[in-house]
Amino acid sequence: MLKSRFSGLLFQLIALALSFGVVSLILISIDASPSEAFRNMFKGSFGEMRKFAEVLVAFVPLLLVTAGLLVTFSAGLWNIGVEGQVVLGAIATTWVYRYFLESDLPPALIITLAILGGMIGGAIWAAFTGILKVFGGVNEIFGGLGLNFVATALTIYLIFGPWKRPGVASMSGTIPFPDEFSLPLIENLRISPWALGIALIAIIIVFFLLQGTYFGLKLKAVGKNFRAAYLLGIPTWQYSMYSFLICGALAGLAGAMQVAAVYHRLIPSISSGYGYLGLMVAMLINYQAIWAIPVALFFAALNIGSIQLPIVMKLDSSLSGVLQGVLVLFALLVEGARQKFIKKGQNT
Amino acid sequence: MNVELKNINKHFGKVHANKDITLNIPSGTIQGILGENGAGKSTLMKILSGFIQADSGSQIILDGKSVVMNSPADAIQYGIGMLHQDPLDFPPMKILDNFLLGIPGSFFPNRKEATQDFNLLAKEYGFSLDPENYVDSLTVGERQQLEIMRLLFLGVRVFILDEPTTGISAAQKEKLFTTLKKFPEQAMTVIFVSHKLEDVESLCDRVAVLRAGQLVGTLNPPYQTKKIVEMMFGKEITLGERKPANVGEPVLSFDNISLEDARLRIKNINLEVREHEVIGLAGMEGSGQDLFMRACAGLVRPVGGKIQLKGQDLSGKSYHAFKQVGVNFLPAARLEEGLIPGLSLTDHFILAEQPRGIFIDRIAGQRLAEERIQSFNIRGTPLSPIESLSGGNQQRAELALLQNPLSLILLEHPTRGLDIESVIYIWSKLKERCHHGTSIIFISSDLEEILQYSDRVLVFFSGKVSQPLDANKTSVEELGQLIGGKGWAEIGDTHA
Repeated sequence: MLKSRFSGLLFQLIALALSFGVVSLILISIDASPSEAFRNMFKGSFGEMRKFAEVLVAFVPLLLVTAGLLVTFSAGLWNIGVEGQVVLGAIATTWVYRYFLESDLPPALIITLAILGGMIGGAIWAAFTGILKVFGGVNEIFGGLGLNFVATALTIYLIFGPWKRPGVASMSGTIPFPDEFSLPLIENLRISPWALGIALIAIIIVFFLLQGTYFGLKLKAVGKNFRAAYLLGIPTWQYSMYSFLICGALAGLAGAMQVAAVYHRLIPSISSGYGYLGLMVAMLINYQAIWAIPVALFFAALNIGSIQLPIVMKLDSSLSGVLQGVLVLFALLVEGARQKFIKKGQNT
Repeated sequence: MNVELKNINKHFGKVHANKDITLNIPSGTIQGILGENGAGKSTLMKILSGFIQADSGSQIILDGKSVVMNSPADAIQYGIGMLHQDPLDFPPMKILDNFLLGIPGSFFPNRKEATQDFNLLAKEYGFSLDPENYVDSLTVGERQQLEIMRLLFLGVRVFILDEPTTGISAAQKEKLFTTLKKFPEQAMTVIFVSHKLEDVESLCDRVAVLRAGQLVGTLNPPYQTKKIVEMMFGKEITLGERKPANVGEPVLSFDNISLEDARLRIKNINLEVREHEVIGLAGMEGSGQDLFMRACAGLVRPVGGKIQLKGQDLSGKSYHAFKQVGVNFLPAARLEEGLIPGLSLTDHFILAEQPRGIFIDRIAGQRLAEERIQSFNIRGTPLSPIESLSGGNQQRAELALLQNPLSLILLEHPTRGLDIESVIYIWSKLKERCHHGTSIIFISSDLEEILQYSDRVLVFFSGKVSQPLDANKTSVEELGQLIGGKGWAEIGDTHA
């Protein structure tokens, strides 16, 4: 047991080394210095407080999405629709804010309602995927992907239609909300300690949900063997639905954070691809909640660090995406290789 | 084509599925292969058709030449084709497209030419198939015909047929046999695998009987059914001591139940199972006993009739409703249906207790697991992932999942593949349950096990169900005949 855990860690480190190696080769092939690029990425993310705060801004939605995906993955579901669920969370939050724009209610209450609204919005969007899956027999990957496109289209429609800025609608989004609608930020930085706290609490709750509750155990049973779980007396399709709802709520929460703490309005690319990035994090940590925090932080750092690249080195910032993708591929690859080793060891 | 199998051995892990089988099948014969489930028939046929490879030292000799086949495509190259029990075709495609599949070297098939070939071949064998029709509109028998034509077109000279008469009509069977009887004239060889004694007797020129992986012997016509059954199931009938069950109140009653699936239809079953009673279900795999058992569990809804459990009418109710009344079902496919790979023994025991509440009581779970592991003699720790246990231990774990108390336990092959000690142990555990009033219904392909442990036996054959037979007054031989479809007139089935 211990041995296999140790070898697991060792292989993951090999995967990490391999992916840095591949990215270095790419950089060398275009006559750029890998060491300089990596140094710049590190400086761009951890170099100064302001930049580290930016990393945390990216970390919050990424961690929330990952937390949600851990639930659906445990239930054996590929919730690709998480991206759209983030978007719907943002839309619902914006809707609640707009609804209370003229009200005299205390801002703290409005913010709370807006965030709850975002969670409900995300959950409803996830429920669509779940209903399509459970009652319509539509694979959640296709259902979710389709709904992602609908969600994006809906954002654009709202920004250029009913919620457009007075005068000319623009890609810069809806008109920003008043300052008191924002979650409190740390002075001179863009990070809200509230958002950070909510994200950390969410992942801790998910961790205990999966580790310590009957709910989590049943969810895992459904995910690992649907048929046997049914025969054991677990209401299987209901558990599939619950997992969609929980994941949708957490994704919606991520969307709410984007509106309430970062952009203070609805913008076209409000989810910034955190849904898809969260899928990569969840795969990379092999669906173990305990690794979510460090890996999500690492991915957020890569994202922010690479912003530096076009300015300093005339490299495209998508380099971070390349590194993230390659890393996930290698992690899956070495895990497959490791399983083969273990099997071989058992046979002889 | 002359087929010679020489010293065929095949191990699956520790299981020796084929033991040194040597069999010569002369060109132009129809060779029957008989044997009960697990006797090694399928393994041998899969080796001959290239699906799996035999252990080293085994030899396949075709017309005097030793060959090595690494895939079914290789086998077809050598002229060996297999007709599977479930036709390996593509239902949403056209018949002609299916026909064209697998024809080597034609990237752009000539459909016109193929249609002509198809019609010619169909005419020769008297099949009436429209090449432009879709496969999913065909019956199982017609799909067989299509498959036979495809193999013929590929130049197959040795036909292996695996249980081809299951699920087809009498007329289609007649046609199939007529077709097969034409093959030897063209020096083709037919290998006919079946458990239906009548079919084998009426069709085959020679019969080889396998038992427990070994070739027990070959027979030539005229066949004596008694002799064949003896060879298939073994002579020695060792009945242990059995106490007649002290039956109590009715637990399960079937009132004119009719069941249906894609292959079979079972009509009007009437049965009453009482407390303390053990009912054994005998029959070759797929004869309807699995359907019957799933109906008892509430997993299959009868198309007609009434099911009562402990006096409650459960007709049309869900599996969960059956479970509530105390029915537990242990499926044969342990890792597919019974257990959850990736979860530990403790996790399984916790889940099987139908826990309520929010937080898992790990300490109680651990204690429960330790207790069950000890009392069921499972070799493993509470944290062992279920898939890391050996088959026998997985089986014990499944039994340990049974809730207590229960009114009815349904078991599919409860002791298949287990050593004799485990078998005795498992049955002692089950008998203990019976003693406390639980009824058991179990499926087994081991007739001795059925006679040894059941009070009454139901025999299934192609959707027919026998009257309950008193296990004390039945012999392995009689059961063997019934399973093979003989002697039904004397005992009468439930339709009568």
